[in-house]
Amino acid sequence: MTTAGPWRPAGQNLPDRFFRRLTAFFGLAIVLVLAGIALQMTRMSALGIERFGLGFLVDTDWNPVAERFGALPFLYGTVVSSLLALVIAVPVALGVAIFLSDLAPRRVRAPLGFVVELLAAVPSVIYGLWGIFVLAPWLRDTVQPALASTLGFLPLFQGPPLGFGMLAGGLILAIMILPTIASVSREVLRAVPGTLRESALALGVTRWEMLRGVVLPCARSGIVGAVILGLGRALGETMAVTMVIGNRPEIDASLFAPGYTMASVLANEFAEATTDVYVSVLVEIALLLFVVTLLLNAVARLLVWRVGRLPGGAGRL
Amino acid sequence: MRCSTMSVFILILVASAIGPACRRGGDVVSLTGAGATFPYPLYSKWIAEYGKAHPNVQINYQSIGSGGGVKQIIKRTVDFGASDPPMSDEDLAKAAGPIIHIPTTIGAVVVVYNLPGFAGELRLDQETMTGIFLGEIRNWNDPRLAALNPAAALPDRPLAVVHRSDGSGTTAVFTEYLSNVSPAWKERVGAGKSVQWPTGLGAKGNEGVTGQVRSSPGAVGYVERAYAEQTGLPYATLRNRAGHFVRPTVRSVTAAAAAAVAAMPDDLRVSIVDAEGADAYPISSFTYILVPEDVPDARKGEALARFLWWAVHEGQGFAADLYYAPLPAEMMPQIEARLRMIKAAGRVVLGGR
Repeated sequence: MTTAGPWRPAGQNLPDRFFRRLTAFFGLAIVLVLAGIALQMTRMSALGIERFGLGFLVDTDWNPVAERFGALPFLYGTVVSSLLALVIAVPVALGVAIFLSDLAPRRVRAPLGFVVELLAAVPSVIYGLWGIFVLAPWLRDTVQPALASTLGFLPLFQGPPLGFGMLAGGLILAIMILPTIASVSREVLRAVPGTLRESALALGVTRWEMLRGVVLPCARSGIVGAVILGLGRALGETMAVTMVIGNRPEIDASLFAPGYTMASVLANEFAEATTDVYVSVLVEIALLLFVVTLLLNAVARLLVWRVGRLPGGAGRL
Repeated sequence: MRCSTMSVFILILVASAIGPACRRGGDVVSLTGAGATFPYPLYSKWIAEYGKAHPNVQINYQSIGSGGGVKQIIKRTVDFGASDPPMSDEDLAKAAGPIIHIPTTIGAVVVVYNLPGFAGELRLDQETMTGIFLGEIRNWNDPRLAALNPAAALPDRPLAVVHRSDGSGTTAVFTEYLSNVSPAWKERVGAGKSVQWPTGLGAKGNEGVTGQVRSSPGAVGYVERAYAEQTGLPYATLRNRAGHFVRPTVRSVTAAAAAAVAAMPDDLRVSIVDAEGADAYPISSFTYILVPEDVPDARKGEALARFLWWAVHEGQGFAADLYYAPLPAEMMPQIEARLRMIKAAGRVVLGGR
């Protein structure tokens, strides 16, 4: 390797060295951009941080006229709407992925997969308009009365059926993140070696047992990764959520009640925020969203890592 | 072969150098403005019409919102700004030099509602308006509403308030009206582009509020008059300061401005909500173009002053078709006086008119 052949090791070849430096620079540039964003946002929010301190995180008041600001309702709204979206979207997306990778007839797989991916290409403002004119009225007239009459004893499903609110926001998000989770999971499931499937079947297990016992455990870490991607999109989604969530900075146990997310309040109020304090607390919310996204991603990474180290499960058959 | 390629190349070079100069005639003035979204349809109409008659003046207007317009004229990154509410003293102090407010047209905020089974004219007074938006009136069959609307029976239906979620001049005008007519509102909520609403859902933009009201039976909200007219949503008749019930029309909105002429300050920064006058519609407001008193670039200053002169005179003819109310004739002397103050590089432009 060192002397034989006309080529030299990568480190000595000029184009190779140049290329390595270039890619290293690109890699580093991403880190620098992230650090730059964090630094700039911290600087711009200094006024708000100074005035409201840590109380900003737990205060529920949001009054631009009196300049009293607290971020808790937005934090709550972002986290709850995203989690709600995951709860709704993950089972459906997994079902779609399993169907497309293992169960669907071959002729159906490609066109159906294409349709799922098409969902991801619809602009979010279209989802929002659909939310205003179709989803919210449907929720108000059909779904919410039904939920209230059957599960109304739970605090989750109490209050007047408005249509617009946390439930509508979560549902819209669920539809938007479903294609991401479904198509990535499908790829992951496809990547599970065919020999594993065949060996399981050769042992005499049913198809269901094969999926549960062999294929899914094998694909676990990849599926968690797909869910993280979906979560990332849900946390940052702005337009569609703004149009249906009701935009009310309030914390209410009921999913029928209106809520507000961090991304929405930025989109809504930044353009017309005139005073220095107002601008700085909005930047502080952006910083908070940045931190929340980082934290949730870190937790999810940790989860992938843990899951990846678990013994995969023929033993769980 | 090579020679012909070369000559074509040279031809293109020459053409591209001469072409624009020919088209422009060498003296195109380009003006940039930014600000309020509310007058944008009217301003684009003006720019198109004015451009036909004055091809050497190019005007760009970006509708980025009133707050943005004020910020940009303070920093002088645009030639003119535009804002629905007039600039505050604080903002004026931040600007590099004096800024002149030129009212360009008048808008009205209307109270739209969606009440299936109710075809009559909905009447609201100051007390019921405040009650609805404070969340004290929660059902359409409230006796206070019934007392104002004896002719038609109001249904038993929960009342859902829809307000703007984005910072907006429309909200500023609406909450200023409520603050004017109700001490309780002034104390609990106040006036501003974004306020802490005691009740209701927030929707983004005039079109968001219109959409949400249309799709929710029992809903009530406020939008610029043009949005109600274009979508056919019914809107309420309001009781004005003089005690008359008035519908928002071009005439009643212009009347609100005319009523303010007597007490108009010289700088024209004035609120006309809850105006005096028997026919005045109570939730009306001017929208302004903001110009530096002394425009440093002589040609820009001259073009801008002449364009604004045209806008407040001939331009008013385009207002009504686009659901804006024209400026009242009584105000013209005052507006003209302000326009004559505009200087281009230290020289008065319209002094002779």
